[in-house]
Amino acid sequence: MSLDAATVRRIAKLARIRVDDAEVETLRTELNAILGYVEQLGEVDVEGVEPLSGGAQMALRQRADVVTDGEIAEKILANAPDRNENFFAVPKVVE
Amino acid sequence: MSIFDLTIAEAGKKLAAKEISAVELTSAYNDAVTALNPRLNAYITVTPELALTQAKAADARIAAGQAGPLTGIPLAMKDLFCTEGVRTTAASKILEPFIPPYESTVSAQLLAAGAVILGKANLDEFAMGSSNITSGYGPVENPWKRNGSDAKLVPGGSSGGSAAAVSARLALGATGTDTGGSIRQPAAFTGLAGIKPTYGRCSRYGIVAFASSLDQAEPMARNVEDCAILLNAMAGFDTKDSTSAERAVPDFTKALTKGVKGLRIGIPAEYRLEGTNPEILALWDKGIEWLKAQGAEIVEISLPHTKYGLAVYYIVAPAEASSNLARYDGVRFGARVDGVDLIDMYERTRAAGFGTEVKRRIMIGTYVLSHGYYDAYYLKAQKVRNLILRDFTNAFDKVDAILTPTAPSAAFGLGEKMDDPVTMYLNDVFTVPASLAGVPAMSVPAGLNAEGLPLGLQVIGKHFDEETVFAVSAAIERAAGFSALPDVRAK
Repeated sequence: MSLDAATVRRIAKLARIRVDDAEVETLRTELNAILGYVEQLGEVDVEGVEPLSGGAQMALRQRADVVTDGEIAEKILANAPDRNENFFAVPKVVE
Repeated sequence: MSIFDLTIAEAGKKLAAKEISAVELTSAYNDAVTALNPRLNAYITVTPELALTQAKAADARIAAGQAGPLTGIPLAMKDLFCTEGVRTTAASKILEPFIPPYESTVSAQLLAAGAVILGKANLDEFAMGSSNITSGYGPVENPWKRNGSDAKLVPGGSSGGSAAAVSARLALGATGTDTGGSIRQPAAFTGLAGIKPTYGRCSRYGIVAFASSLDQAEPMARNVEDCAILLNAMAGFDTKDSTSAERAVPDFTKALTKGVKGLRIGIPAEYRLEGTNPEILALWDKGIEWLKAQGAEIVEISLPHTKYGLAVYYIVAPAEASSNLARYDGVRFGARVDGVDLIDMYERTRAAGFGTEVKRRIMIGTYVLSHGYYDAYYLKAQKVRNLILRDFTNAFDKVDAILTPTAPSAAFGLGEKMDDPVTMYLNDVFTVPASLAGVPAMSVPAGLNAEGLPLGLQVIGKHFDEETVFAVSAAIERAAGFSALPDVRAK
């Protein structure tokens, strides 16, 4: 399977990364090299094998559904590129 | 003897005996960093005043008789650990303005133990790389040189700044993180010891996420004992990390003198890759002889899915990265580039903030998770990952630990192996399988190649059996008697 330029643009769009036309061809070649390398997994027989999703050899722990922190708006907003009182500010979305 | 010749264990004893003070030790290291960091670029951010304040507190604690083995010990903190009030960049431009409002659990535990933090160590951007060349803050120079050459070599990656700092004596020890080999390979490239503990042993809370099912915090130091001292403080259950293991942490230093008599050491046939450097294979054979001579039983084993490790890794890690790095949207923290609308702002922010390798991995991850390709790539990779785990589980029915080389080569030159991403990825061929299986693995410096560069051997253990890994690593260290030092270092 080999990616074409349109697919590279579609992936970039999904990943929310602006890609200039000049970059598309380089990316296409590099991504295809990586995908070409991982193709070898096709030869492994995985019939009846469960997928392994995590590194931990255990079930995920659950905690009580209670509030454990809060009242730290200032800390949360301290790194915001733009804010308006206690809100993150973004370009206008709704006209 | 210079103050820089002391290990963590030795410095700890001198501090406790009040032969030196923490302020003296920290000042010496601060000066070394000032002198050599402009050249090596091992630290992205240095915090000399903060270090001195911590050193003063350490001296007070020592005077009060409340010191531990790390009290007053100057360390480098990989710039992937969030440090409250100290800029944390993950070596990415997108986090250039980020000052964490909280402390990572691992760094908090080290601070609680009285450690002194000299600064934030350089790394590959978001820990994605094997040579520290993807850092948004410039590459790191390996303090080691080939015999008779002044050519700049890479320190390995992603924890390349940590490795260069400890090796050049700009820190007594360092934290790193390992996702596919990011501490073992740089440790091997710089003549250091480094252990990736079992997945779940150290909390991931406050570590900038790359691939969450693989990321582990770990120590890097000049010898095996220092790694044990550091891991003692770094490990432990944390309710803030859902994959943190709720189990007791043994005193890892007690394992160092256990010896290997009667231990069964597995030698996996599949790690004898075609084309592997003969010097690496010869060192591996030496390691086998060393362990045999100390009473270990050598057992030939098979890890049949080893060759698929890298392919699995380069699907799983980018997939998780593409999800984890979705948070960098220019809204809540980090850099922002304005656009005509919200989507345009996202796209411009991420295009400007991420480097080439990071974009490449996000895009691969986005693709393998996208509709129509998920089963063929991601699900398939997860199944092969299970087979790799099974390989280890089966092997550990027969052996107590596994011995392999750490990396397929010694440190290479800046600019080499950079033609295509896949060649660079091959650096991790021996370290990735243990990461995928979640088992502990340590790199120990074991010798020099013909060019005078350090080489490492890797010891892999069972889940949560770091103690055997330490015992075997200490045995190799004793036999190897590695005492070479890099050309560029604080003296």
